[in-house]
Amino acid sequence: MRLFKLLLPLLVLLLVRVAPAHAALDPAVLQPLAADDYDAKLAVIGKLVDIGGPDALRVLKALSDDALAVAGGRIVVIDGERVVDAATGVEIKPAPEDSDGITINNYVRRRLDDALARLRLFAPERATRLAAARDLLDHVAADMAPLLGRALATETDPQIKALLALADAQASLKNPDAAIRLAAVKTLARSSDPSVVHLLAALEDPKTEPDERVRLEAGASLRAVKSRLAFADNVGRVFSGLSLASILLLAAMGLAITYGVMGVINMAHGELLMVGAYSAYATQTLFARFFPGAQDAYLVAAVPVAFFVAAAVGMAMERTVIRWLYGRPLETLLATWGLSLFLIQSARVIFGAQNVEVSNPRWMSGGIQLFADVTLPWNRIVIIGFSLFVLLLVWVLMNKTRLGMFVRAVTQNRAMAGCVGVPTGRIDTLAFGLGAGIAGLGGVALSQLSNVGPDMGQGYIVDSFMVVVLGGVGQLAGAAWAALGLGVASKFLEGWLGAVISKILVLAFIIVFIQKRPQGLFALKGRFVDN
Amino acid sequence: MTTPFAIRFLEATPRKGQAALAGFAALVLLLAVLHLFAPPGSPLHVSGYVITVGGKIMCYAIVAVAMDLIWGYAGILSLGHGVFFALGGYAFGMYLMRAIGHDGVYQSSLPDFMVFLDWKELPWYWIGSEHLAWALILVLVVPALLALVFGYFAFRSRIKGVYFSIITQAMTYAFMLLFFRNETGFGGNNGFTDFKRIAGYAITTPDMRVTLFALSAATLAATLLLGRYLVTSKFGRVLTAIRDAESRTMFIGYNPLWYKLFIWTLSAVLCAIAGALYVPQVGIINPSEMSPANSIEIAIWVAVGGRGTLIGPVLGAFLVNLAKSWFTVAFPEYWLFFLALLFIGVTLFLPEGMMGLWRRLRGRIAA
Repeated sequence: MRLFKLLLPLLVLLLVRVAPAHAALDPAVLQPLAADDYDAKLAVIGKLVDIGGPDALRVLKALSDDALAVAGGRIVVIDGERVVDAATGVEIKPAPEDSDGITINNYVRRRLDDALARLRLFAPERATRLAAARDLLDHVAADMAPLLGRALATETDPQIKALLALADAQASLKNPDAAIRLAAVKTLARSSDPSVVHLLAALEDPKTEPDERVRLEAGASLRAVKSRLAFADNVGRVFSGLSLASILLLAAMGLAITYGVMGVINMAHGELLMVGAYSAYATQTLFARFFPGAQDAYLVAAVPVAFFVAAAVGMAMERTVIRWLYGRPLETLLATWGLSLFLIQSARVIFGAQNVEVSNPRWMSGGIQLFADVTLPWNRIVIIGFSLFVLLLVWVLMNKTRLGMFVRAVTQNRAMAGCVGVPTGRIDTLAFGLGAGIAGLGGVALSQLSNVGPDMGQGYIVDSFMVVVLGGVGQLAGAAWAALGLGVASKFLEGWLGAVISKILVLAFIIVFIQKRPQGLFALKGRFVDN
Repeated sequence: MTTPFAIRFLEATPRKGQAALAGFAALVLLLAVLHLFAPPGSPLHVSGYVITVGGKIMCYAIVAVAMDLIWGYAGILSLGHGVFFALGGYAFGMYLMRAIGHDGVYQSSLPDFMVFLDWKELPWYWIGSEHLAWALILVLVVPALLALVFGYFAFRSRIKGVYFSIITQAMTYAFMLLFFRNETGFGGNNGFTDFKRIAGYAITTPDMRVTLFALSAATLAATLLLGRYLVTSKFGRVLTAIRDAESRTMFIGYNPLWYKLFIWTLSAVLCAIAGALYVPQVGIINPSEMSPANSIEIAIWVAVGGRGTLIGPVLGAFLVNLAKSWFTVAFPEYWLFFLALLFIGVTLFLPEGMMGLWRRLRGRIAA
C-alpha cells in the first residue's frame, strides 16, 4: 500500500509525460472561461480544483500567468511561439492566426492563487508541496479542512506532513465536534508560529469556546507555543549579536594592531573599511565584464584584492603622514582625520556620492530556517566564520612569524629592537599596512551586509575604538571578547529598548567602564608610570 | 592696597591687545552703522548676509577660544565640544520655539513638531521655557552640569590624551543619536526652526540682526579678556604646568582634578553661550550640530590659528570659515579636499599654527 502511494505520483507523472492526451480534461469544463462572466470563471476554477491533476494545474497556472486565450472557439495556452490546446496539452499546428486573451479581475486572481496552492499540495515534486504547505499555513481558512485532510492522507514526507498537520489543526479549530477541536489544540502546541498565539488565546475565552477541556488544553498549548517563541527570539538575538560581533571584530582587529600595538590613533580606520568595500565592488564589476561565467566567485577574489589595496593605502598613509607624527597622538588624530576626509571625498569623486550595489553571490543567499520566524542567513554565517578565520590569521601572524615578532619587539622597546638589527622604520610601515589590510577584509565582509557608500566608514570608527578600548590596548584576545560582549549585549538591549537607546546605553556603559578600568578588560601586567 | 578686580581683569591684557580690541570694536560699529543707515544700493551699504555671516563666525570664534583654553593651555583635546555648543543652542531654541506662540503652522500653543507628533502637553523639561530669563539660565546651567559630571568622572580617574578625546567623541555621538529621536522632545531630525521673535521683537529685522551681531562681538571680546586674565593668573600657570608635566605638578602638591575641571566646565559654558547666540542668527538648530565631524572641525580652527595663543584661534576660526563659505559656493566638491589638506598640512608643517609661523618669520627678520 505504502509502495503504491509512493509510486502513484510517479506513475501519474510518467503518464502525463508520455501521453498527455490520456489525462486530458473535458473541453466543455473549460469552455465557460471564454465568456466574459467572472462568476463562470470562478466556477471553472472550482471544478478544476476538484478534478486535480497536472492538467488542471497547467491550465490554472496559464490563467494566472495571463497566458490563456481563446482561438477559434477553443481555449488555448500561448507559450511563446507555440500554441497548445488547454484541455489536451497538444500543440496546435499550424498556430491559429489570432487569439483573444482571457482576462481575470483581482477577486478571481485571489481565488486562483488559493486554488493553485491547493493543487500544488498534490504536486509530485517534494519542493513544490513543501512550498505550498508553507504558503497555506500563512492563511488557513476553516473551509480548507477537507482539502488538508485529503493532503494529509496521501502525504508521506514527514516535514510536509508536520506542516500540513499544523494547518489542519488550525482549520479544525472551528469544528463543531469538541473532540476534534481538542485534538487540534493539542497538535498546535507543536507550532512555533506567532499567529497561532492569537488563535489559542481566543480559545481560552469561555465565550468563544464552550468546552472546558478544550479551554484548559488551549492554555497549556499556548504556554508551550509562547515559551518556544521566546526561545526562538533569544536564539535569533544571540545570532544577530554574534553577527554584529563579527563585524565589530573585523573592524576592530586592524585597529588593535595600529592603535593597540603601535599606539597610532588612526581616525581613517573606518575609511580603510570603505576602501575594502569599494575594492569588492570593483572586483565585482571587473568579473561582470571579463568573467561573467564565474560571477559567483568574485567574492573569493575580492578578499585578497581588498587586503592588498587597503594595505597599500595604509602604507602610503604611514609613509607620507603618520611617520612624522609618532609620539604626538593628538596631532596624529587630527592628521588622520584629515586623511579620512580625503579618502571619503576621493571615493565620492571616483565612484559617485550614491551607494553602490554589491550583491551576495548565489552560494551566500538564503539561509537555515530554525523556527517559523527565525532564519539564519548564509551571508551572516559565512561572515562569522570569516571573522574567526581572520582572527586566527592575525594571531598566527603576530605570534608565529618573524614579522609578528619584530612588531612585538618594536612595540616593547623600539631602541633595543633597533640595536639588535630590527629595521624599525620598515616594521612600522608593514605593521600599519597589516592593520589597514585587515580593515580592508572587514570592508569586504561589510559590503555583503550593508550599503557601500563613501560615508560607510564613519559609523564604525566610534564602535571599533570602543572595542579596542574596552578590550584593552594591545590585546587581540581582549578585542575579540569585547567585540563579542558588545555585539550580543547591544542586540539584546535593542530587543528591549530600541536601537538608539541601546546604543546610548552601550556608550554610557563604556564611559563608566573606562572610569573603573582605564586599561581595559585585559590589562597588560606590569608597573607603569604614565606617558 | 589691592587693586579692584575689574582693573586687574582688564590689565591682564597687554596694551597691544587692548588696541586690537578697540580696533575690533570700531570695525563692528562701522559695519553695524553701515548696515543700518547706508541705503541699499549705495557702495557703502553692508548687506544683511555679511552681518549674519560675521555674527555666525564670531560665535565660532568664541568656541575656538573656549577650545583653545582647554587644548592649548591644559592639553586636553575635546572632540565633543559640539555638544555644549548645541546644548546652548537648544536651550535658547526652546525659548525661541515658545516665543512663536500661536503663529506656527498649526496655530497651537505647542511647538509645531509636538502637534505633528500628536502630543497634548509640554514635556516637564519644557516648563518655564517661555521665559527669556529661564532660558538664559538653562543655556548656562545645562551644559555646565553635563561638563561638570562628565569631567569629574573623567579627570578623577585620570583619563587623558587620546582616551579622553575618544570618549568625548563617543559622548557627542550618543547625544546626536539621542536628539535625532522624535521622542526626546527636541524636534528630532529637523530640530528647531521658523523662529519669529525674541522678547517681543521680530527676529528678521535689521535692528535685531545688528543687535545679535553686536552681542556676539561683545561676547567674543569678553571671552578674550577673560581668557587673557585666566592664562596670566596663577591658575593659568598651574594649568600650563599640568599640561606639560602632570605627574610633576601632582608631586609638588597640586591636585590637577580641580584645575582641569574648572577650565573644562568654563570652556563648555563659553561654547553654550556661543551656541545660544548662534541659533537666532542662523535660524535653525538640529542634531547634526552634534555630529563628531563638527566637533573635530573646531580643533582645526584652533590648530590653524595656533594653539596656546588667544588671538590665534580667533584668526583660525575666521579664516577656515571664510574659506568654507567661499569653497562651498565656488568649488563644492573640493572643500573636503581642502579641509583634509588643512588637517594634514597644519599638523605636519605648522604645529604652532599661523601664530607660530608669524613668530618664526619675525624672528628671522630680526636676526
